[in-house]
Amino acid sequence: MKKLILASVLLLAPAFGVASGGDVHLEDAGIALADKESLQRGAEYFVNRCMGCHSLKYMRYNRVGEDIGLDGVQVRQKLIFSDAKPGDLMVSAMPVQDSEKWFGTPVPDLTLVTRRRSSDWVYTYLKSFYLDASRPFGVNNVVFPNVGMPHVLADLQGSQKAVYEEEGEGHGHLKGLEMVQPGTMSAEEYDGMVRDLTNFLTYIGEPVKRERQRLGIYVLLFLGVLFVLAYALKKEYWKDVR
Amino acid sequence: MSNQAQTESSGFLGWIDERFPLTKVWKEHLSEYYAPKNFNFWYFMGSLALLVLVLQILTGIWLAMNYKPSATEAFASVEYIMRDVDWGWLLRYLHSTGASAFFILIYLHMFRGLLYGSYRKPRELLWIIGVIIYLAMMATAFFGYLLPWGQMSYWGAQVIVNLFSTVPVVGDDLSVWVRGDYVVSDVTLNRFFAFHFLVPFLLAGLVFIHIVALHKVGSNNPDGIEIKKGPKGNRWSDTAPADGIPFHPYYSVKDIAGVVGFLILFSAVVFFWPTFGGLFLEAPNFEPANPLKTPEHIAPVWYFTPFYAMLRAVPPMFNSQFPGVVVMFAAILVMFFLPWLDRSPVKSIRYKGTLSKVAIAVFAVSFLVLAWLGLEPATPTKTLLARIFTGLYFLFFLLMPIYSKMDKTKPVPERVTK
Repeated sequence: MKKLILASVLLLAPAFGVASGGDVHLEDAGIALADKESLQRGAEYFVNRCMGCHSLKYMRYNRVGEDIGLDGVQVRQKLIFSDAKPGDLMVSAMPVQDSEKWFGTPVPDLTLVTRRRSSDWVYTYLKSFYLDASRPFGVNNVVFPNVGMPHVLADLQGSQKAVYEEEGEGHGHLKGLEMVQPGTMSAEEYDGMVRDLTNFLTYIGEPVKRERQRLGIYVLLFLGVLFVLAYALKKEYWKDVR
Repeated sequence: MSNQAQTESSGFLGWIDERFPLTKVWKEHLSEYYAPKNFNFWYFMGSLALLVLVLQILTGIWLAMNYKPSATEAFASVEYIMRDVDWGWLLRYLHSTGASAFFILIYLHMFRGLLYGSYRKPRELLWIIGVIIYLAMMATAFFGYLLPWGQMSYWGAQVIVNLFSTVPVVGDDLSVWVRGDYVVSDVTLNRFFAFHFLVPFLLAGLVFIHIVALHKVGSNNPDGIEIKKGPKGNRWSDTAPADGIPFHPYYSVKDIAGVVGFLILFSAVVFFWPTFGGLFLEAPNFEPANPLKTPEHIAPVWYFTPFYAMLRAVPPMFNSQFPGVVVMFAAILVMFFLPWLDRSPVKSIRYKGTLSKVAIAVFAVSFLVLAWLGLEPATPTKTLLARIFTGLYFLFFLLMPIYSKMDKTKPVPERVTK
């Protein structure tokens, strides 16, 4: 019986290896959903720096407040800059039709970006803008080539340029990014800010995640006890069977 | 009729029994239904699949109370369920995990049938009803997968419905008829929702018929011995098969332990790993359906991938993908003929010879490799592999009349073994 259980688990094993990564190395975002201060900072960064264009249109302000530890007054002060009510969905003021005209593509909603792309992707993306005069906004991105958005955090991070490995034929292989004009934040400060932002977006991707894991422990403990009883019951009955 | 007097009950139950055969059904199908005493691990799968079917129907009904089958609202309504509906996230994860669990259990259940020859006479109809259930399951899963209206939902459905357009002559009209539109659209979503709601109840009806057929012929067992043909008399009854034990309480308590064991694994996925590494819930499906943006890599959900790999393995002939579609459906339809393909004098793998053992191992490996290939983008090497394993899959069935007859079998004991 044990062998067969093991066999059926092994049967599933190839499935685990399938999840694909990209060809760009992604940095570890260091997600900490329990860190409410980080989530609060991330929420403020988001509404100040991102929400001019990007919505979180499946999420409500008051739910965010409850989950990350902001009361009603704080939610109104820190997160809501429009005439939205706390129970409203977090929709950007910028009409999507306009964004399509201005950026050539509708600005994506970011509620599920960490689930679509992964937290590490978002973290690395926010750190990987570099100067590229051929692009409309003068910047490009390593993990999202030819991205349609400007580097809105450039005043904080500064400007980076791409460094290529020489390969003789003029087409270089991207080696890394080099800071050419520092911003108002140090590299550590910027990393910390981007981490908070990614942490917040990871929470937004699945707000119930911590609650589900907390409940999961009790569910498994309960089932574990129930299994012992159920197995004992089975053994007791099966004494009759020879 | 001789023990009629004993079975008559009085009081409320007696009142019921005079009007409805409650006690009779209870005895015939549970407390005096004699099942072989040597069931092993594989025999949990059927009862567990039934449990998951009930779970899917219940969670599905509650999800339907909050879901909106409309191209503009479907995706948002799923996120509404995940965020704003009380326990909505749990309903949704139970349902999405349940879908995959159902297929895992049914694949193991079917493989059990292969191992122990549960499709052989007199269980041919039982097996055929089972294959029909499997087809109904696949239809349900296919309809259901469109409902979240994510990118993979949309393009997966687009690819599968396009298969109908490969049918010679009537193909294009047929695919438009299935979609109700020239592309997968709001109309398609509406009808898929209707079918996704309907078919599970037909499925439940088929499962009932499956169990009726099972109880007519009696369960097979790991030894492939007909206990009804063996000696009679056990501690519960003089006329029952000596190797049988009453389903209730012995297998009911055993199945309860099995259910709890299953729920431990199932809950671990629901509460800690609901996307299952992108296999149960795929990352591209967190992006709303966009008819103008084809994803670079379209793969169906894992439980369809063996057949998808076969579809891609067959090269187009006469500028048509139709041969691939035929092969894909043939891979399932060939299962209907299994009871007549196996010519071995014994049922169970325990008493079959090396040839049969090798064949079944090759078949299992082929199925798993094809499942993996169906998830991967096609490359020349992988297409070659898919062709080889598609061939092996079919050879398992087509050569069975030959190798099962040639094979050296071991003598089957009179009575079931421990």
